[in-house]
Amino acid sequence: MSERSSEFWRWREYRHTQPNMDWNQAKIVTAGIDIGSVGSKAAIILDGQLYAYSVMRTGGVSEETAFKVMNWALEGTGLKTENLHQVVGTGYGRVNIPFANKTITEIACHARGAHYIYGPSVRTVLDIGGQDCKAIRCDNKGKVMSFLMNDKCAAGTGRGLEVFSDLIRIPIEEVGKVSLNVTEEPPPVSNTCVIFAKAESVALLRQGWPKEKVAAAYHLAMVDRIIDLLTKVGIEKDFVITGGVAKNIGIATRLETNLGIKPLEPELDPILAGAIGAALFANALYEKQLGLR
Amino acid sequence: MQAHYGYKDGSGDYFIIIDTDNCDGCGKCVKACPYEVLELVDNEFDIEGGSMATVTEQHRKKIKYSCAPCKPVSGERKLPCVLACETKAITHSW
Repeated sequence: MSERSSEFWRWREYRHTQPNMDWNQAKIVTAGIDIGSVGSKAAIILDGQLYAYSVMRTGGVSEETAFKVMNWALEGTGLKTENLHQVVGTGYGRVNIPFANKTITEIACHARGAHYIYGPSVRTVLDIGGQDCKAIRCDNKGKVMSFLMNDKCAAGTGRGLEVFSDLIRIPIEEVGKVSLNVTEEPPPVSNTCVIFAKAESVALLRQGWPKEKVAAAYHLAMVDRIIDLLTKVGIEKDFVITGGVAKNIGIATRLETNLGIKPLEPELDPILAGAIGAALFANALYEKQLGLR
Repeated sequence: MQAHYGYKDGSGDYFIIIDTDNCDGCGKCVKACPYEVLELVDNEFDIEGGSMATVTEQHRKKIKYSCAPCKPVSGERKLPCVLACETKAITHSW
């Protein structure tokens, strides 16, 4: 009998509205849409404060996804697209958002969003997204000072983790925790390519390694690769992680051990950093149009 | 802002670093580059806009090879893009 197929790579799609906030009272209502390679995020901001947001998978057509994720964030709030004073698009699919007034790179948006989520003490932002990994240095206003991007291969990214969790048949939201279930860290697998990393993991499984140990080897490979990036831009406290992979405890813990710096704990889902940053840029853009700044 | 374009692999670091605060978008480096590695794009890092030089998508993942012909073999030799830039916004990792 074949095992019933399950989607171990699938993560939770959701939306949220902050209670006790009323958009009718707000002077400026703006939105940020972050169409990533794997996940799409929308955030609505009232006078610079986060009001509603939604997170979903990016579909095959980014334009459709842009409408879907925006409408989902608006759902139940009574707000309509016409009520939004300004919309800024970001992420890989930013050129395909028909209703965006302006596009801004995800690098600038993540720095700005991290500044909002974690506060002004943030100096180093590590964004681990679906298909790339960026190390960003920023100042106390969330402005980018220096950045480095690695998009040469999906190893060390969220999509790589999806592939891996599917392989070892452990849900992606638990795979990080499982990887910490080892007494000693095994040597890492190859970190130059997702396919090689997966192939090596398969080999280790066939040699009889327990899933936890293989997961540890895979996570360690990702961390090695990420640290390469971080050391290039230089790490300064406070250090934070954004993007979907920030929620993976296996990565966060190993980064802390290997770097000696503890990443700050987020109060909001760090996957939203890009969308929040975009919405804040939209807010600034509208203020500029009004002549307020 | 120091924008690093390029990558690191087993054989070394390959980055072109453009200081976007110094880059005035004049486009002289674009003309100076014999291999069309550089281009002018809209500055998407801030709401202010304006144009700035960047490494083309196509070359970002292979600048080890794209930039190899201009690399100094021995001694010091200035690269065409670095020489062309009056505001000294371009540096390299090699």
